[in-house]
Amino acid sequence: MATPLVVSNVSKSFTMHLRGGVRLAVVEGVSFALTAGECAVLGGPSGVGKSSILKMLYGNYAVDEGQIIVEHDGRLVDLATASPRAVMAVRRDTIGYVSQFLRTVPRVAALDVVAEPLTARGQDRLAARDRAAEMLARLNLPERLWQLPPATFSGGEQQRVNIARGFITDHPVLLLDEPTASLDAANRQVVIDMISGKKEAGVALLGIFHDQDVREAVADTIIDVTAFAPGKAAA
Amino acid sequence: MSDDPLLRVSSVSKSYGQRVGCADVSFDLWPGEVLAVVGESGSGKTTLLNCLSTRLMPSAGSVDYRMRDGSWRDLYRMSEAERRLLMRTDWGFVHQNPADGLRMTVSAGANVGERLMAIGDRHYGNIRAAATDWLGRVEIAEDRVDDEPRAFSGGMRQRLQIARNLVTGPRLVFMDEPTGGLDVSVQARLLDLLRGLVADLGLAAIVVTHDLAVARLLSQRMMVMKDGRVIETGLTDRVLDDPRAPYTQLLVSSILQV
Repeated sequence: MATPLVVSNVSKSFTMHLRGGVRLAVVEGVSFALTAGECAVLGGPSGVGKSSILKMLYGNYAVDEGQIIVEHDGRLVDLATASPRAVMAVRRDTIGYVSQFLRTVPRVAALDVVAEPLTARGQDRLAARDRAAEMLARLNLPERLWQLPPATFSGGEQQRVNIARGFITDHPVLLLDEPTASLDAANRQVVIDMISGKKEAGVALLGIFHDQDVREAVADTIIDVTAFAPGKAAA
Repeated sequence: MSDDPLLRVSSVSKSYGQRVGCADVSFDLWPGEVLAVVGESGSGKTTLLNCLSTRLMPSAGSVDYRMRDGSWRDLYRMSEAERRLLMRTDWGFVHQNPADGLRMTVSAGANVGERLMAIGDRHYGNIRAAATDWLGRVEIAEDRVDDEPRAFSGGMRQRLQIARNLVTGPRLVFMDEPTGGLDVSVQARLLDLLRGLVADLGLAAIVVTHDLAVARLLSQRMMVMKDGRVIETGLTDRVLDDPRAPYTQLLVSSILQV
């Protein structure tokens, strides 16, 4: 089985210099691999470090120790030590990410927010917009909203824009941070179907899902994050 | 993305007598990349920008620039004439105060056309057409082409300054607090415009700002300065979401939530 992303012995802590240098250990000894065509789910209670792990995999959080090896463009890249430029290239072509909340940009229409990952890879703007429209239609976002900036959208509408943006590319690795948290049952089902589609296409997924129905529907393996609690790690 | 950087900065320092302007700054910048330089007033951001754009001579260090023909040139060893040509054609400089970058007593169209004439364009019709096109791209209505920037609002002046800088198709643009002093609504419009232009034209840019929200919106990479030195550097979202240096943590935690 192809494993496009391998995490070994990763640890993460925050040092709060404004609080007298308190060191807050988040996770230690994080080790797992993602398999192409499967969805792994990070399990464990709130505050155990699930989102922190996703953010390290996306290069959004720095890594204290360990390696995050991703297969990018036929080479292996260690995200724990990669240069900003290398991380940008990995994000553009290899690792996609659906964050919990959409970060809106003033004046940019929902359709363009969704199309951006494609245009950033040099694809034709009109074709990218057509593809974006398909994604938004599939997620049942009313067409009258497509030309509006998402800043004023409801939580569920913003989340669907975010999902469309994350799923529009054919990145071989996709990270999902509670993509269904603010969706109704019908749209949750659409997302479940989209995740199944990604699996069939051979994408390796890693997600956080608090919703048990969704988790049961999509998870191939559960990674228990409590095993990576500081002080508990075997090594 | 090209594999060769556009600009190589090595150990640039500038001191004013005993006082340090900026010290030992090194980085590479690639085509299409926007680097934000942040820090509070007096941290050396503008001194650094002025050194990099050769408006100021550094006390030490070197800056190499890859010319359009692929050759590398040390900026501080170029002749004054060569540097001027570079600044007029390949570079842009957007000042915080548009009056510093515009000629306030000639028309908007002439402000844009002047840069074209400086690189040898002589056909009036072409120059005027290019100027009108660029004013449209920065959302200045065609019927304002013959007005002087004195009659423009602050936001319009700033957009005009951007058009003047971009009309020659530069590869590198320096910006010093491009949204400073503008209303937030005007700022949002300008930021959106800048974002679009930088992405469409594949520009490299170095943006000095004290506004972390501006840095987040415009840049991919960020450099935090304090007392003339670079104290933290990395991907913009990494620096803002997981700041490591004590001073960066202070800056990020000082942002007001709306």
